Amino acid sequence: MAVTALREKQSAVHTSVEAIVEVKGICKSYGNVEALRDIDLDFPRGKLTSLLGPSGCGKTTLLKIIAGLIGASAGSVTVDGKHVSGPGPERAFVFQDFALMPWATVLRNVAFGLELRGTGKTEREETARRYIAQVGLSGFEDKYPHELSGGMRQRVGLARALSVDAEVLLLDEPFSAVDEQNRRKFQEDLIRLRSKQNKTFIFVTHSIEEAVYISDRIVLLSPRPGRVSQVIEPDINRSGDPDRIHRDQHYLDTVEEIWQGLKQYVE
Amino acid sequence: MATNVRTESEATNLTLPATSEEAIGLRDRPIILRLVSIALFAGIWEIAGRIPVSFAFPTFSDTIAAFFGLIADGSMPAAYLSTLQPLVLGVLLSTFLGVGIGIVCGLSRAGEWLLIPVFIVLQAAPVAAFIPLVTFVYGIGMTAKTIAVMILALPVIVLNTYKAVRNVNESLLVMCRSFLGTRWQTITRIILPDASPVIFAGLRLGVAAGFVGVVLAELLITPTGIGDLITFHRSRADYAEMYATIASIIALSTLTLVFLQWIEVRVFRPEKRGA
Ligand SMILES: Nc1ncnc2c1ncn2[C@@H]1O[C@H](COP(=O)(O)OP(=O)(O)O)[C@@H](O)[C@H]1O
Ligand SMILES: [Mg+2]
Repeated sequence: MAVTALREKQSAVHTSVEAIVEVKGICKSYGNVEALRDIDLDFPRGKLTSLLGPSGCGKTTLLKIIAGLIGASAGSVTVDGKHVSGPGPERAFVFQDFALMPWATVLRNVAFGLELRGTGKTEREETARRYIAQVGLSGFEDKYPHELSGGMRQRVGLARALSVDAEVLLLDEPFSAVDEQNRRKFQEDLIRLRSKQNKTFIFVTHSIEEAVYISDRIVLLSPRPGRVSQVIEPDINRSGDPDRIHRDQHYLDTVEEIWQGLKQYVE
Repeated sequence: MATNVRTESEATNLTLPATSEEAIGLRDRPIILRLVSIALFAGIWEIAGRIPVSFAFPTFSDTIAAFFGLIADGSMPAAYLSTLQPLVLGVLLSTFLGVGIGIVCGLSRAGEWLLIPVFIVLQAAPVAAFIPLVTFVYGIGMTAKTIAVMILALPVIVLNTYKAVRNVNESLLVMCRSFLGTRWQTITRIILPDASPVIFAGLRLGVAAGFVGVVLAELLITPTGIGDLITFHRSRADYAEMYATIASIIALSTLTLVFLQWIEVRVFRPEKRGA
């Protein structure tokens, strides 16, 4: 089958790229709810890896463990060979609910990570302005979050994560609270943005199309308890017009394959 | 740059000109409304005074005249000098102490367990009844009045601050932690601004209660200041002067509350300036 072919190819690619984040034997239980069981994963440097699965399968839990925001019940996470025991400067998080300070302007929100690190005002605002421009929000620096649409707010969240210059960006369903049109535009922008930044992205989503559209690798999680059921590397050329990808035969095939695999978990 | 793309659909979502025009229209109207309601209030007072509803009820115009009389003869400025010192001191102490205690209780289980029940009891109890007790310990001077202010102002400030800190936006706390915020940074940059609307609501109630405290102390225990001015004119049946004094302290209390609101919006929540 095509999936096995993909997996073989994946392991070939896998050995050639060094892993920046390594997850070994992660288990997590909340009381007697077993959220994750024995997760072993490598995240290659410079790639965008999606964690895909139905809601409740432990995607957010896994991402927050990698972020150091919650502890695992067993297992370990290393980033660049260093053991993770809490948040660190080499990782930055983009939140599902944006987590913007309503009392702060776009500029201050974007510069907040640097503000907490004690970077001087002029320097951090200059950096923030650069990333505000990169996510397409120039001219909105002095607006407050409540004056922005959902899509624009998440661009602020992304710019904040970019401006601390972390190597690994962790995104928890960043587009789920953004309306459909803006989501698609944002996905295209993310592809463009990635081609300019040599960063590692770990991206949580429950949308098959979104995962196939933007990812170099897709990790499929099965629910209750969350386990890795499959790793897929869609071989899609993203260099040209991002709109073209939606009509790419390989894109459509991969979406269909994943759906066939996930169907069993949906009533 | 290819990534520098602002989506048209998102930009049009931002109907700023329309909103700010509307905001100006709405902001103007309350001022007119407020003036109308003040005029209406003065008119009804004048009519009620002329009927008169009671021989002890002066007209609005007599009260205004008495007010200027009290200022001219220096008795009101002297009374305020005596009342404002313990009031300002008591309110400032209650503010800093109350917000501090409230934050500690909101952040630490031990603080919550130890102190919150005390303040809940204090808030529920008719604490004005304690004011005469204060004189036994502190005499009838400035200290007694300051304590009276604090007894009334402190509980509500502590309890509001505590509640606000307990209900702080969880996702902002996680955000601050993920960007390596220290404990102190979390308190000053997330918890305080997030809690400030509720803290300020507590401060407004606390300041109003502080006014009650100082006037009660002056009526009940230390015949000085504004309380004494009220008692003195009542005993002489100078009702216009008595009402002028009462109205002046109400007006001062109201102005203080407006000023507090201004500080809140100005310093802590600039995004609410237009709203
Ligand atoms: N703080 C928590 N306390 C108890 N159970 C939790 C908590 N967070 C998540 N869970 C449970 O763990 C499972 C995985 O949750 P989550 O990681 O949020 O899934 P996903 O992000 O894939 O939707 C779910 O069954 C959820 O109910
Ligand atoms: Mg989730």
